[in-house]
Amino acid sequence: MSRGSRILILFSSFLLIGVFFFPIWKIDLQAPQYPEGIGLRIWVNQISGFKEFDLKNINGLNHYIGMKEIEPESIPELKIMPYIIAGFILLGIIAALLKNKKIVFAWIVMILITFSVGLYDYYMWGYDYGHNLNPTAAIRVPGLTYQPPLIGSKQLLNMRATSMPDIGTYIIIFSLLIFAVVLYLEKKSKKV
Amino acid sequence: MKKKNLIIVLVAVFGLSAILYNCSNSGSSDNFSDAASKVYVAPGTHDEFYAFMSGGFSGQVSVYGLPSGRLFKVISVFSQNPETGYGYSEESKPLLNTSLGFIPWDDAHHPVLSKTNGEQDGKWLFINGNNTPRVARIDLSTFETVETIEIPNSAGNHGSPFVTENTEYVVASTRFSVPVPQKDVPISSYKENFKGTISYIKVDKNSGDMNLAFQIVVPGFNYDLAHSGKGPSHDWSFFTSYNSEQANTLLEVNASQNDKDFIAAVNWKQAEKYAAEGKGKRISAEYCDNNYDENAHKATTKKLNDVLVLNPKDCPGMIYYIPIPKSPHGVDVDPSGEYIVGGGKLAAVIPVHSFSKMIKAIESKDFVGEIDGIPILKYESVIAGEVQNPGLGPLHTEFDGNGYAYTSAFLSSEIVKWKLGTWEVVDRIPAYYSIGHLMIPGGDSKKPWGKYVVALNKITKDRYLPTGPELTQSAQLIDISGDKMKLLLDFPTVGEPHYAQAIPADMLEKNSKKIYALEKNKNPFSIHGEKEARVTRSGNEVHVYLSATRSHFKPDNIEGIKVGDKVYFHITNLEQDWDIPHGFTIKGLNNAEMLIMPGQTKSVLWTPTKEGIYPFYCTDFCSALHQEMQGYVRVSSASSQTKLIFN
Repeated sequence: MSRGSRILILFSSFLLIGVFFFPIWKIDLQAPQYPEGIGLRIWVNQISGFKEFDLKNINGLNHYIGMKEIEPESIPELKIMPYIIAGFILLGIIAALLKNKKIVFAWIVMILITFSVGLYDYYMWGYDYGHNLNPTAAIRVPGLTYQPPLIGSKQLLNMRATSMPDIGTYIIIFSLLIFAVVLYLEKKSKKV
Repeated sequence: MKKKNLIIVLVAVFGLSAILYNCSNSGSSDNFSDAASKVYVAPGTHDEFYAFMSGGFSGQVSVYGLPSGRLFKVISVFSQNPETGYGYSEESKPLLNTSLGFIPWDDAHHPVLSKTNGEQDGKWLFINGNNTPRVARIDLSTFETVETIEIPNSAGNHGSPFVTENTEYVVASTRFSVPVPQKDVPISSYKENFKGTISYIKVDKNSGDMNLAFQIVVPGFNYDLAHSGKGPSHDWSFFTSYNSEQANTLLEVNASQNDKDFIAAVNWKQAEKYAAEGKGKRISAEYCDNNYDENAHKATTKKLNDVLVLNPKDCPGMIYYIPIPKSPHGVDVDPSGEYIVGGGKLAAVIPVHSFSKMIKAIESKDFVGEIDGIPILKYESVIAGEVQNPGLGPLHTEFDGNGYAYTSAFLSSEIVKWKLGTWEVVDRIPAYYSIGHLMIPGGDSKKPWGKYVVALNKITKDRYLPTGPELTQSAQLIDISGDKMKLLLDFPTVGEPHYAQAIPADMLEKNSKKIYALEKNKNPFSIHGEKEARVTRSGNEVHVYLSATRSHFKPDNIEGIKVGDKVYFHITNLEQDWDIPHGFTIKGLNNAEMLIMPGQTKSVLWTPTKEGIYPFYCTDFCSALHQEMQGYVRVSSASSQTKLIFN
């Protein structure tokens, strides 16, 4: 591995620290009654409101449709994910130190798998919240479920829910791209 | 004249008449199309200024937007308000306590914004209670009354609460002189026994907490209005007085005999020094200082028993009298702090005094007499100029910051614009009708926003649709951005507007609280979650710790209440969402409804008098299932054995 590649791998690994400081996903709700906006921010280790009390208020609104309360403490993934990210940072550093292209390759494969599993897991949580509704809820619309989209917008009664990746995810993608470019360049230079 | 020529002449005369007629008529509905666009604030957009109007005999303060004239809120200050529970809830009742007991009404005259370096700082609004002398402080992040302090040795707290340049003090002068201290004497002993007082209330820079620092005992005139100095006159306040005749009956005649009355000029820095040096005397005086704690959502009354009094005879250099033509009303200080404008309501001119000349006159002891230790300065030595032909009955003056002053004239019902320094009248505009105070945003400060002047009128007659003998009170918005004043808008007001204040919206808007944080709620009867909701009894006192959140109360079924119980409902609004208040009432509530903001707790007392089932419900349409937000209380006979249960 060239010196440049190692610096890029190190840089890209440290870049991942940013994931701890920015949410990875966001769900924004638009409704006539909320001109100031209301929404959720999903972090590697927590779920917070877009504003201070948004999580509480969304839980409050959700009780009308019988959705169970979103309690970040009861979601085990939020406890595991920080370690996984830390693992990727460490693995990247090791790859750079050992000048090992195989680890770089493994890193890319593993993060793609982790990302896909994470997305699927997020979808399943959404499915659970959206479908597992209290049968005695005040508002029951036959056939209507409240699963937010994975990416994109969906009208749920008076709320338009928009789900999008947030800065944390973009950091991961950027990191991944650097890893991929390094691997590509290294392979190319070997051929020459 | 030939027949043909005669016809031409007749046609010409008719034609000309028609043109003239049209011209003269166009004046009545003149150019308001242009005015409409100047006061139009499009739906969903905000006004440029907040205006705070005194409610006069309503006892409250109303909040308007300018230039639209839209009413946003009535702030409860000196009067009970069954709409919100102010003065009815256990938490707010202490704000209306005085040494004469619970006084649920007052006459609110002069709102004054707090200032730093003579400019508005957007922290607090002060307003006087005229009848049972009080001063209130309103917090401008919550738009709620947070303190009321009573002024002892006073009656008719009219010349109040004009602040000093950095809100070091709020002043209060007594309109009615009374015995100091109060005692039972013949009214005819007025000259011997009756005194006036000028009070200085210290304002804590950070908390805003008010404390009565000292009172100056002055001759028994009627002290009317006031303003504090700024810039060079920072250390001084000015108070008008009338009835220097010291009449005690038929004042409209007997107090209008002297050719001149006085402006009392008080050097409060000097007074402060004398107070610190122990030149004053502590005399016993009962009064209340009531403070509202925002985190406890609760007011408490502090009873005080004495006050420091300064006598001008013992304190040379503290106070002077400046003569002013006949029965003055307002006294206003221009933005530079140099000119002191008196409103001689029966005078033919507006006298403008010079602060620098006053200081010179004091230094050269240019006195023409003395009353009770107060030297009287020579009018001619202090006067800077007189505004000739200022309109009849000049009352109050505000400033635009561009070198012009605007004086309201009650009798000729107009605003007169004149130039500082040359004293010449440059423009005048009618007011409909009988203007009292007038207000330019920041027009009493060092930094006026001279875009509008608001006329605060006493009579409206035919200006609006009639509503029987009692008509609305009214304000008028006038554009002063050009050379000519231009009427833009009439709008009705709450109660009688005396003085008003306005401040650029962006100075307050960003600080306006959206909710009260539930976790900071330290009310002793608050609950922080539904799990804490409960009912307790000790003797015949029942406490219901009730939670309110969309769209239910907890508990909502209560049994075991008995006739004659004192039932306190302590309602906590658990919401932390913007603009989601809940209301509470119960059938037969011999009190008022409670309107509870998110994160707030309010307590209301109910004493059931008959057995039966009593529904309670939310009075503020809070949600789609608001109509479901209800509960029942079962009331049994006093001797019944019904167990206290709740869900």
